[in-house]
Amino acid sequence: MTGEVLLQIQDLHVEGRAGEEWLPILRGIDLTLHRGEVLGVIGESGAGKSTLGLAAMGFARDGCRISGGDIRFDGIDLRKTPELGRRALRGRRIAYVAQSAAASFNPAHKLIDQYCEVPLLTGMARSTAEAEAVTLYRKMQLPNPEEIGFRYPHQVSGGQLQRAMTAMAMACHPDLIIFDEPTTALDVTTQIEVLAAIRDIVRDYDTAAIYITHDLAVVAQMADRIKILLRGQEVEEAETRAMLAAPKAEYTKSLWAVRSFARPEQPTPTGQPLVSVQAIRAGYGKVDILQDVSFDIHAGRTVAVVGESGSGKSTVARVITGLLPPRDGQVLLDGVALPQDYRARPRALLRQCQMIYQMADTALNPKLSLRDLIGRPAQMYLGLQGRALEARVRELLALIELEPDSYIDRLPQELSGGQKQRIGIARALAAEPRLIICDEVTSALDQIVQEGILRLLDKLQRELGLAYLFITHDLATVRAIADDVVVMQHGKVVEQGPKPEVFAPPHAPYTDLLLSSVPEMTPDWLTGLLARRHGKA
Amino acid sequence: MHAVLVMILQRLGLGVVTLFVVSVGIFGATELLPGDLASTLLGQSATPETLAALRTQLGLDQPAPLRYWAWATGVVQGDFGVSLATRRPIADMLAMRLGNTVFLALYAAALAVPLALILGILTALWRNSLFDRVANAGALSAISFPEFFVAYILIFILAQSGVFPSMVRLSPNMGLGDKLYVTFLPALTLTLVVTAHMMRMTRAAIINLMASPYIEMARLKGLSPLRIVLRHALPNALAPIIKVVALNLAYLITGVVVVEVVFVYPGLGQLMVDSVAKRDIAVVQAIALIFASAYVLLNLSADVLSTLTNPRMMRRK
Repeated sequence: MTGEVLLQIQDLHVEGRAGEEWLPILRGIDLTLHRGEVLGVIGESGAGKSTLGLAAMGFARDGCRISGGDIRFDGIDLRKTPELGRRALRGRRIAYVAQSAAASFNPAHKLIDQYCEVPLLTGMARSTAEAEAVTLYRKMQLPNPEEIGFRYPHQVSGGQLQRAMTAMAMACHPDLIIFDEPTTALDVTTQIEVLAAIRDIVRDYDTAAIYITHDLAVVAQMADRIKILLRGQEVEEAETRAMLAAPKAEYTKSLWAVRSFARPEQPTPTGQPLVSVQAIRAGYGKVDILQDVSFDIHAGRTVAVVGESGSGKSTVARVITGLLPPRDGQVLLDGVALPQDYRARPRALLRQCQMIYQMADTALNPKLSLRDLIGRPAQMYLGLQGRALEARVRELLALIELEPDSYIDRLPQELSGGQKQRIGIARALAAEPRLIICDEVTSALDQIVQEGILRLLDKLQRELGLAYLFITHDLATVRAIADDVVVMQHGKVVEQGPKPEVFAPPHAPYTDLLLSSVPEMTPDWLTGLLARRHGKA
Repeated sequence: MHAVLVMILQRLGLGVVTLFVVSVGIFGATELLPGDLASTLLGQSATPETLAALRTQLGLDQPAPLRYWAWATGVVQGDFGVSLATRRPIADMLAMRLGNTVFLALYAAALAVPLALILGILTALWRNSLFDRVANAGALSAISFPEFFVAYILIFILAQSGVFPSMVRLSPNMGLGDKLYVTFLPALTLTLVVTAHMMRMTRAAIINLMASPYIEMARLKGLSPLRIVLRHALPNALAPIIKVVALNLAYLITGVVVVEVVFVYPGLGQLMVDSVAKRDIAVVQAIALIFASAYVLLNLSADVLSTLTNPRMMRRK
């Protein structure tokens, strides 16, 4: 890049308050951004990405403070400028696009009122601002650009809100936009459209951007340069192509290698399936969520159910566990129909099928020690008491690779996210089930931690002969661990079969859309994909 | 708008059911009292024959459901019966008193609600500042003192010096200005009593929202703190604020007995206390029913208003 320097950050330190102490979040970050340039910032959760993005606006969240360093935006020293001066830059010359547009739009006001707020404060006429809003909505490829602004946020889908938020950020033609994980909360197929719209508009308006994400493949499409953060420090920075071709730091290489895990192919199953889901129709209220859903799960195999949010993946799990009795159809276990309502199932049947949840944080009782959390199902289903129970809990902790002596008396809050998910696994194992339903169990975890959990699940499956029903929207996870794949859309099964068959062409049209939407780690992937899709259309 | 109309009708229906249950409760409770109307009227010297004759005359020999029916149908038509103490129709006695009570409640609300909202917004805006602490401490002290104590302090400060009258004498042909002047002290007392609750709920509801992502977004759009509170936090905090305001209005109508007594204000509360002392059961029943209706109506209005402030309830996808 040869353009003039727009943003210059030197030796930036940010601290966050933890009780009485201030702990470092960013430890000496340098950053240079030229006009019209897009810098990708990558790191795991807690690496300080968002803090860096906000600091570029001279902003620190409540409970955080910028404790050292220099932030210069277009020659203005943001640390020495009083708050009033910084406020005059925000929304006007530096804008922000948040991760969850659904939460970041004010539910009480229409989209266009929120769009017009800052332009009106700068003295623009309402009619001019509204006309520009429509232009930007159209550029962001929103449906009905003339009309969509007059809706409230709850009347617009997540992907559309994310684009409306980018349009709002563009309202005053800022010199710099901070994108903070703008597509993380979206489905893969929606993500493509948003990524393309963001990339085009940033290019058209020659806006500089800091693009924050944890997804390498996404940043490869968007950024000119990539900076990698780890625990508040920079690991390395390079031009996108150079970084992808030859990462230098060990940490970067490990990020690249995460998706390397793959489960060896299993022999084709024979005989009676462990669980057979037959012609299920189920739903809430007047609406049917599931229609005619059928598939089998064999012992020792992993069936992955994939689909976008709202496709009915989790409802399938609720039907199998008996939480939602189906309207038609049945669930067989060892060829025998299960009572539809879990309350009608004896404990011996309930034991057979256990669940692990997406948010380990909320799925574990924060007041119970690990001894009680893991011990309770063993006590309830298997009647273990006293020493036998203690021994079993220790055995389970060893199985999930946590050292029993130092962990058994801890509370969930003393564990990391990945460790909490391991406790969720141990709790499911304690009942000695034959089927474990994993509902998006890795979605809330960083990639490196995800890989550890997947390896653990695979090891347990081989040792204990478990069957998994793996509900996920992440196709990379499916590639890694599934034996069989069930693709769902709008509550119906679109395609199903052994993984190699489903993942090899020819695909059903929806499977093809889903598979082709998963970002790949080459900078030209998005461009190529769009060209191919438009060529077809 | 259609959905809102349906909701209002549903709530009205539920309100009628609630009032029915309450009226049965009131009627049942007076049935439980020892003795009946006839023995109360005739006193201890009455002979069994005169008692029986009066009971037949008053219809007291009929079974309770029939008597309830007669009372309830009368109430629905605005006929609360006749006072036992004064022999005047209860409806006439209530009309003027109810008007006085509502006047005082509205007067106090007109002072207290804006004051509470402004203080609540300002304390939320400058939270943890000196202003916040002083306002909170002041409001909490005012609510912590018994009402009669606040009333006497005000009389001591403002009536002893002769600025305001310590006793309220209302006459029918008084102008509004005079009325507001003579009732200022009771209204001020009530204002001090109810402001704290509403102010602290406003403050808490706003602060509760200040951690929302859309508030952070508003800050990152470079908006001023006042604008953020008024335009981005307040509209979303209205529902709990409206509820607590309605609750306090109901309190102003039903709970002001002590203040009325201190200032000799001719309101419903004082009439109720007098009637209890005279065992004038028919009047007590009527007032209890009016108080219950006030609660039902105010809560209904609060529900409807908080629905109107929420676009998610007003406009479905």
